[in-house]
Amino acid sequence: MTSALAMSQPAISEKVPGLKAQLRRAERLRKLKAIALVAPLAIFLVIAFVIPISNMLWRSVDNSEVMQVMPETARLLTEWDGKDLPSEAVFSVFAQELRDSRTGGGLGRIGRRLNYEDPTFRTLLTQTLRTLPATTEKTWSETLQSIHPRWSETDTWLALQRAAPATTDRYLLAALDLQRGSDGSIERIDENQRVYQQVFVRTLVIAGGVTLICLLMGFPLAYLLATLPTSQSNLLMIFVLLPFWTSLLVRTAAWIVLLQSGGLVNTTLMTLGLIESPLQLVFNRIGVFFAMVHILLPFMILPLYSVMKGISPVYQRAATSLGAHPFAAFWQIYVPQTLSGVAAGTILVFIMAIGYYITPALVGGPSDQMVSYFVAYYTNTTNNWGMAAALGTFLLIATLLLYLVYHKLVNQKQLIRN
Amino acid sequence: MSLQPYSSPIERIWYWTFRGFCALVLLFLMIPVLVIIPLSFSSGSFLTYPLPGFSLHWYKTIFSAGPWLDSLKNSLIVAPLATLLAMAFGTLAAVGLNKADFPGKSFILALLISPMIVPLVIVAVGMYFFFAQIGLLNSYAGLVLAHAVLGVPFVVITVNATLQGFDYNQVRAGASLGAHPLRVFFTIVLPQIIPGVASGGLFAFATSFDEVVVALFIASPTERTLPMQMFSGIRENISPAIAAMATIMILLSVLLLLVMEMLRRRSEKMRINR
Repeated sequence: MTSALAMSQPAISEKVPGLKAQLRRAERLRKLKAIALVAPLAIFLVIAFVIPISNMLWRSVDNSEVMQVMPETARLLTEWDGKDLPSEAVFSVFAQELRDSRTGGGLGRIGRRLNYEDPTFRTLLTQTLRTLPATTEKTWSETLQSIHPRWSETDTWLALQRAAPATTDRYLLAALDLQRGSDGSIERIDENQRVYQQVFVRTLVIAGGVTLICLLMGFPLAYLLATLPTSQSNLLMIFVLLPFWTSLLVRTAAWIVLLQSGGLVNTTLMTLGLIESPLQLVFNRIGVFFAMVHILLPFMILPLYSVMKGISPVYQRAATSLGAHPFAAFWQIYVPQTLSGVAAGTILVFIMAIGYYITPALVGGPSDQMVSYFVAYYTNTTNNWGMAAALGTFLLIATLLLYLVYHKLVNQKQLIRN
Repeated sequence: MSLQPYSSPIERIWYWTFRGFCALVLLFLMIPVLVIIPLSFSSGSFLTYPLPGFSLHWYKTIFSAGPWLDSLKNSLIVAPLATLLAMAFGTLAAVGLNKADFPGKSFILALLISPMIVPLVIVAVGMYFFFAQIGLLNSYAGLVLAHAVLGVPFVVITVNATLQGFDYNQVRAGASLGAHPLRVFFTIVLPQIIPGVASGGLFAFATSFDEVVVALFIASPTERTLPMQMFSGIRENISPAIAAMATIMILLSVLLLLVMEMLRRRSEKMRINR
């Protein structure tokens, strides 16, 4: 609208000097006002949303524990070649900084970080501290080595060296079941320790399965709703919208009630004589699928419905009148016109499904937990924030990429409609 | 697909199979909602059928002093405040987005919508760390801010959609008659976009009233919201108290649905009248 206004002006502005400048100023003022209106929300979101998330993502590469608690040791160790034991300077600075780390919680922080390198490192640090003298008559390297023999092993110092730089890729690699070998090259970790690739695959399988089931269930229903007379379809729409507006936890609880071993589904099946003993339908993959499909189905039906509502039935009728079999007419004429809705619904459901946490946590078993669960687990239970952030980073990247595709598709749809 | 007098038997079979399948899908959608309501009137203490007897005992439990009532109160403090915040920020931003084009507009729009896209657990962990640093962890203020962030995209989207059909000549008419821009906004623009603002607000309210992931991370038992209480109820001891609260919440959703439908009708009527 603004551009149309600007374009209609040149003829006048040539005659009236200064009008062009005035219009430009007015236009600039409008822009400034528009920005001023958007700014409060943008600033609010940057502070309360973007900064917290960037902060968290930073933790996936953050390695500042040792560098902050033992700055000099970290600096000297990065210069160390790693072949022989470090020099006396390193030992003396380390002893000094280890003693200082007792105040201000520094010891706990480096202990936790160094335990990822070697699970006994924290114990080594506390044992060393217990007998570490304030001053020594011998050299510090002799003192430390006499306190604990592990200080005479290069591996101990190598572990400390690996933890010294300000950033690390270990969490990001670990989230993909990879690690740095002793020569610094990237390699896969031992087969029996691989966890996360399986978790990612499981997340994609569950999300993909849920999306497919939603499409198979949602497409016919959306078609029915779009082709019925409005009065009937509005009534049936309540069946879709009421669950949509019902609390997610209420619906999850309802599925537990329905599917548990003494639940309605099992009792009905047993009364009908179809099964003899109750089936295990909840706290496993089946329960996850039931609950997630139920929660996400409306998100598939609504975009499909809105696209189908705009499809004229005349093309299908034309095809049938020209001799096409009704099924062929449906498949070749009608379905291609719904594809933008199918794509929108599919990606929307998939995006929502890969981030699911609460539903699998409540109705799934231990082997049905998705990436989100592990992000929460590492944050709350083990305090391994680097790992939580690394898994979260990959989840976020996947979500944003999918959203980009969704955005492109939905925009195209609008273009076609115009 | 419709049945014609000349339809072949195969078409008839297909037609009824299709109808039957749709009925099953509708049943699937409704059954959890329907199943949980009778259980709330159970006199037993397990969520199983058949019901041992009728009792309003569980409603008395949730509405007498205790964790259920406390959590309901907390939700009724947090959700309206978060909704108000989201409505104020979101409406301003949507009006601004429709006022003029400016550089980076599509990027800004993507930013404003993003809380809806990012997986909740990532939002939750991010806010958990950040709020811990700035002292908002385990506070009502933190919870309100977090839920406002999650509700904002709904307000931006609905108000934006309502503004698409808004005739800006009315604003020009108002301005040319000498009205202050604020007066133009409150007497001309706002009354027309209020259905959009309200339905965005309802979405934001429902989001806050149903949100559990972020709350689990950033709230302590003192600020325990209703979804948090339900979550621990489902986890620890699943009793008909959950069904009673669920029934109340379903009634609330019916109410929301009705209000939503009313707002939709109203905004449609406005569009036709114009």
